[in-house]
Amino acid sequence: MTTTNPNPPVPAMKADAKPKKLSKAEQRAIDAKNRLSSPWATAAAIIIAVLWTIPTFGLFVTSFRPAAEIRTSGWWTFFANPAITTENYVDVFTRGTNSFGSAFVNTVVITLPAVMIPITLALLAAYAFAWMEFPGRNALFVAVFALQIVPIQITLIPLLTQYNNWGITGSFWPVWLSHTIFALPLAIFMLHNFMMDIPRSLIEAARVDGAGHVKIFFQVLFPLLVPAIAAFGIYQFLWVWNDLLVGLVFGSSPDVSPLTVRLADLTGTRGSDWHILSAGAFIAMVVPVAVFLGLQRYFVRGMLGGAVKG
Amino acid sequence: MDFLLGADSSAQKLAVMVVAVLLFVVVMTALLLVSELPKMPRWLVIIAFLGPTVLLILFGLVYPAISTILGSFKSGNQQEWVGIENYTAVFTNPELRTVLLNTALWVVLVPLLSTVFGLIYAVIVDRSPFEKQAKALIFLPMAISMVGAGIIWKFVYDYKPTNRPQTGLMNQLLVWFGFETQQFLLNWPSNTLFLIAVMVWIQSGFAMTILSAAIKAIPDDIIEAAKLDGASQLRMFASVTVPSIRPALVVVLTTISMTTLKVFDIVYSMTGGNFRTSIVANEFYIQSFRTGQRGIGATLAVLLFVIIIPLVIYNIRQMKLSEEQR
Amino acid sequence: MRIPRRMGVVAALAATTLVLSACGGDGGGDGGGDAGGDVDCAAFEQYGDLSGTQVSVYTSIVSPEDQPHIDSYIPFEECTGATVNYEGSRQFEAQLLVRIEAGNAPDVAYVPQPGLIEKIATDFPDAMVPVGEAAESNIDQYYNEAWKLYGSVDGTLYGAPLGANAKSFVWYSPMAFADNGYEIPETWDELLALSDQIAADHPDSKPWCAGIESGDATGWPATDWIEDLVLRVAGPDVYDQWVTHEIPFNDPQILEAMNLADEILRNDDYVNGGLGGVTSIATTSFGDAGLPILDGACFMHRQASFYQANWPEGIDISENGEVFAFYLPGLTADEKPLLGGGEFTVAFSDRPEVAAFQAYLTSPEWANEKAKVSGPGWVTANSELDPANLESPIDQLAYELLTDPNTIFRFDGSDLMPGAVGAGTFWSNMTQWIAEGKDSQAVLDDIEASWP
Repeated sequence: MTTTNPNPPVPAMKADAKPKKLSKAEQRAIDAKNRLSSPWATAAAIIIAVLWTIPTFGLFVTSFRPAAEIRTSGWWTFFANPAITTENYVDVFTRGTNSFGSAFVNTVVITLPAVMIPITLALLAAYAFAWMEFPGRNALFVAVFALQIVPIQITLIPLLTQYNNWGITGSFWPVWLSHTIFALPLAIFMLHNFMMDIPRSLIEAARVDGAGHVKIFFQVLFPLLVPAIAAFGIYQFLWVWNDLLVGLVFGSSPDVSPLTVRLADLTGTRGSDWHILSAGAFIAMVVPVAVFLGLQRYFVRGMLGGAVKG
Repeated sequence: MDFLLGADSSAQKLAVMVVAVLLFVVVMTALLLVSELPKMPRWLVIIAFLGPTVLLILFGLVYPAISTILGSFKSGNQQEWVGIENYTAVFTNPELRTVLLNTALWVVLVPLLSTVFGLIYAVIVDRSPFEKQAKALIFLPMAISMVGAGIIWKFVYDYKPTNRPQTGLMNQLLVWFGFETQQFLLNWPSNTLFLIAVMVWIQSGFAMTILSAAIKAIPDDIIEAAKLDGASQLRMFASVTVPSIRPALVVVLTTISMTTLKVFDIVYSMTGGNFRTSIVANEFYIQSFRTGQRGIGATLAVLLFVIIIPLVIYNIRQMKLSEEQR
Repeated sequence: MRIPRRMGVVAALAATTLVLSACGGDGGGDGGGDAGGDVDCAAFEQYGDLSGTQVSVYTSIVSPEDQPHIDSYIPFEECTGATVNYEGSRQFEAQLLVRIEAGNAPDVAYVPQPGLIEKIATDFPDAMVPVGEAAESNIDQYYNEAWKLYGSVDGTLYGAPLGANAKSFVWYSPMAFADNGYEIPETWDELLALSDQIAADHPDSKPWCAGIESGDATGWPATDWIEDLVLRVAGPDVYDQWVTHEIPFNDPQILEAMNLADEILRNDDYVNGGLGGVTSIATTSFGDAGLPILDGACFMHRQASFYQANWPEGIDISENGEVFAFYLPGLTADEKPLLGGGEFTVAFSDRPEVAAFQAYLTSPEWANEKAKVSGPGWVTANSELDPANLESPIDQLAYELLTDPNTIFRFDGSDLMPGAVGAGTFWSNMTQWIAEGKDSQAVLDDIEASWP
């Protein structure tokens, strides 16, 4: 909130006040004011944004400093006394039998289906909750929504027992399945919000034309939902890529375990070795941050449709 | 077909991935096509849309939840029934009470601070020249894993005695301003606040993005009308902006609350739950997996449900309201 | 969770030391000779032909520290034809129980705590397979009898000893001691006198440095202090009774031991050199805690033999070098109790190749092979190990103490106590003892109250 406005408080505006017809000059004045928020606000916004980024930036600088210097001086001294090394990164990639490279492949293999499958299922389910009439619909939807609260931890042992009975432990299948299950409630909730935005008339028009649900879904709704799908896709992508717990429990075998698990191994065995940790953390960060920066526009735009309407 | 269960090489792994996706597509397509055939009963199409989801949720969430609720009435190794012993233990043990108190602090402060900060930031950055870039920087922490965030902030809080070269930024600032260095993560309750700051750092971007868009979606005529009436910016904010974005505020608060309740990565990676910083999600992990008190662990998980129930009820009511408006 | 971390740190240097061993100052060790080549298969005939069989091993030791373990199986694999599949996970302790419960137990697991073996025996009575005859006779022949005891539950031997470590060590800088004319103390009183001397001579430094932070296992280094002192003040018999809860945890003798630790760890004149005040012990990572010795900010750091891997590369670890360790003295020069730890192999499958593999891991062939492929920081209590195969002087010193028939060896007590105490309240209360200045009696009372 800016405190620069000198205007005294005025009586509350009337809700039914109709906008007056504005002269061009007035309109221009308002536009100018809208566009140019106060310079103080702009300055504050920029300063805060920079402050927000400093912790990450500090670790980034650290990841390129020699181990001995990290231990004995702050990263900000780097600028007075620059010494750059890529050894930390080499170290992270070369230590051990299972390289970061193979963990990287694992993460990719885990992430793609774990994004695609839950979104498809959630789209269908959200459609059913939004546009199909059947007894118990609302109760079921509320139940699904409420299930967001189930903490993932409690499902670990029962699920692992089942996966073992099916003989699929140690492969990618339990990881995909678990990610799908855990994503569904939130995905359904958010996509349902998007669905509700679509004008009823559109769907009813299609129905009058004799289209069934499957046809309506794919021909009418799907194209309209692309932004929402992109948005939730990115959200789920970030979630799965950054997930530790599911990867840890269902992907404990080295042939399956993702980057985050490898990173957690590093933190565990090299507790305060910042040179290893900082480099490892950055390697794990690169893809999600790149995806986010590249697709930010879609993410933000799509996310809003659902969330803002609430 | 052995490689489907035990892929070794990268090529095999990618192949398994393709097989899995194809399998899913084929099954779902078949299901949907069949359900839409002319002679099929009406309920079949509902099954096709909802069936797989409901089955997965029953198997993956409902059944484990029930077995956990039952487990909260069993002993540490889950072999015998002990009644409400675990619950009395959680509420009488002073350490576990601290855990509950901390959790309350997290659940109240993280959504509140993130939302307030996100809202203020959305307002001040609105229509400023660098809006896009500034927002991207605030939002960036969302893309970082919580383990990564924990590493980043543990480094910020790093402690060295006052007379030594500092490696943690916060303590360096204290030294520059002539104060003694602090062990930020040692003393309760301030250490919990410093951990909460990390979560606020992550979540503010989310709140800011949603709220910023909601603000932009306020119809121009309302704003213009208010401006013509000479409303101050503060007044505008309170009587126009906030009421207009109320639904978005609810979504933001709820989403962040739920995320906060389930998060354990930050506490786990920064203090390991020591120095009285543990929260329910973390204590659940420690009790269940480290000290082998699975009964207590299950009880804590059940408490997580209970804490969040009011939130869910509130949201359901909001949902009903917007349903009626439709 | 402790052993994995320690082992982890320890073996981290393994890979590099194989390369560097030539320039190290270590006398006897021939370093990591290459394992492959011609293996003498004579000793393996007893296992028979195991071609085509598979054994899965599950441990807490993860990459890159797992490589020496994997390499140590090579002779067994080459001579018997069996294949050993190694799997390491940091979440070993949690995962092992989950996998047993799910019916998906590995063939063999490396269990770092006897307490865990007992827990498995209680919770899953049919899961473990008792140690086979061949392995048992190896244990009888090559190990101190205490080890067999620690691997047994109610008289049945489930765990076969594997690696070992010695904990009653104080790290110091021989060079700094020489410069100041300090002598290695041989009794507890001499140790305190030396501490006072250092405090008086070096007002800017402290005699001791310590750190007990270790993620979710924070507190364990402080429990080691208490255990070491109980062993010294009350003696091994009381120690055994204390660990098995035949006497209460808050027995007066334990308080007495704790008061001795108090005199050092919570004494602002003694700690925490270069790291801060007493409370900084709680937030200092155990791995970093000894490093101020290098710049003279502190002089002594009590930590186990595996701490050698925490010194930066290029530091001379030897009797006259930059750092070395001395035995944490008893009350008198004659009493030499030794606190230590180690891991055990437990079998979950009753198949000949699994029994053969477990037997191999108790054999002198394995002990020597493992010593050859490991860097510094690995010791076993197998008496047939040739100390020359050990690379560092510290390991040789630890091995000497571990296999000395006169040593009174006792296993790390927190590894023997029930998890709720040994990996729970004991750690957390010791952390509060340091971080919040909690009263010693209150600490002991609270731990006693939490004993299941």
